[in-house]
Amino acid sequence: MTLLTSLRRLLTVATLGLGLVHAAHAADGSAPDLLIRQLSVETIEAVKADKDIQAGNVNKIIALVDAKVMPHVNFQRMTASAVGRFWRQATPDQQAKLQAEFKTLLVRTYSGALTQVKDQQIGLKPFRGQPTDTDVVVRTEIRGKGDAIQLDYRLEKSGAVWKIYDVNVLGIWLADQYRNSFAQEIGANGIDGLIKSLAEKNAKAGAPAAKS
Amino acid sequence: MSQLIRWFALLLLVTSLVGCQTVKGVGTRIDKALDKVMGSKGQRLDPWEEWNRKVFAFNEKLDANVLKPVATAYSEIVPSPIRTGIDNFFGNIGDAWSTVNLMLQGRFKAGVEQGMRFAVNSTLGLAGVLDIATEAGLEKNSQDFGKTLGHWGMGTGAYIVWPLFGPSSVRDSLALPVDWQASPGVVFDDGSKKVAITTLSLVNTRANFLRAGTMLEGIALDKYTFYRDAYLQRRGSFDDDDEVEVLVPANGAASAPEAAASAASAPGPAASEPTVKKPAEPASAASR
Repeated sequence: MTLLTSLRRLLTVATLGLGLVHAAHAADGSAPDLLIRQLSVETIEAVKADKDIQAGNVNKIIALVDAKVMPHVNFQRMTASAVGRFWRQATPDQQAKLQAEFKTLLVRTYSGALTQVKDQQIGLKPFRGQPTDTDVVVRTEIRGKGDAIQLDYRLEKSGAVWKIYDVNVLGIWLADQYRNSFAQEIGANGIDGLIKSLAEKNAKAGAPAAKS
Repeated sequence: MSQLIRWFALLLLVTSLVGCQTVKGVGTRIDKALDKVMGSKGQRLDPWEEWNRKVFAFNEKLDANVLKPVATAYSEIVPSPIRTGIDNFFGNIGDAWSTVNLMLQGRFKAGVEQGMRFAVNSTLGLAGVLDIATEAGLEKNSQDFGKTLGHWGMGTGAYIVWPLFGPSSVRDSLALPVDWQASPGVVFDDGSKKVAITTLSLVNTRANFLRAGTMLEGIALDKYTFYRDAYLQRRGSFDDDDEVEVLVPANGAASAPEAAASAASAPGPAASEPTVKKPAEPASAASR
């Protein structure tokens, strides 16, 4: 039953992960640990202050993600990583669609889980990177009832700013998590098949619950 | 290759404990024999996928027809405070086992902390029904024997789905009989009480997972693959005992990056203090 517990906590945190990034407006991307620190601090307030987000208002969350989160995330890289070697075979149009559907999928995960956030705190672990690094991991954890939940970010330096390109929840890197699933679907039905099945998943879940 | 080295580290430990050099030779041979199922690091291992999928499908059916309905009824009928108490009670038994495993992993500071959790909750927390240790700043840190084996370098090995017990791996399957020695059932000698407590434990776990389970249905393209990859990644990762600085936003000064951080045990007044405090010694954060 460990897995059930793990997955439940994964969702709870994925939530905070979003909340985390959700208040990114004031954060500056000049240092990776500073960026995550600022995002974390602002999140605690934002999640606790916003009743709509706690209630799982999907549209509101998506709007927030677009406005605040995306500037700090290299989502193309994250999608490319999840799609793996097939990414280069995809046409620009397919890549754009994959990115859009994957984003919706993850945001949907977050929005559902956001309703589970209550009295959690965010803890920051010591930063191990060097000033010259261009690819680092910033480690945090969510503390509340039960085990602390590991929440790490992989960031890359592009130009002068740092961007998040993968998230680790409970020891699970999200891009890795989806790689086999995506490869399996592409193997069976091609890239368009994957786009189609992602879109169907999103549409199915969005139809009854999300439009509130 | 690195798998071999880690295995070797484990063997060295065994050797030094037993004080017998021949164990190493035997171990290397066992290692070679196990190589097929254990594979190398980073590899997605599912050589028995066809069989696993069948068992997974069986488990899914069993869950849909028995466990999930029972857990749903349980969470609807039993009042929330009682469910929390039951969850805490099982959690407390888990803490005792985590203590043992942290010690076995050589993480003595973290082990002592979990031991304190168990001691506090078992006494002041009325046999674990109240989780007052968390409020006192003693964070939960769950460990099991599979993780202990992993800590000493043993990889997860191939993925296995067991009927009833669900996702596992070669390593965790080896550890399972040991973990069972510390399951809630051992609290009672009586056979029927054992069954009752184990059933309750199972229903409690499933009930905790109800909402997340529904969400997972919506995000997994193929549930089998999704669960497998989550399991292997999760069980193959390691945790550490690094100090953690708890971030607490200063009142009305959200944008200040140096916003107050304080020990988890002092969320109230400390929140307005714009200083970074390292958690005090027995406090939860110190040994995480």
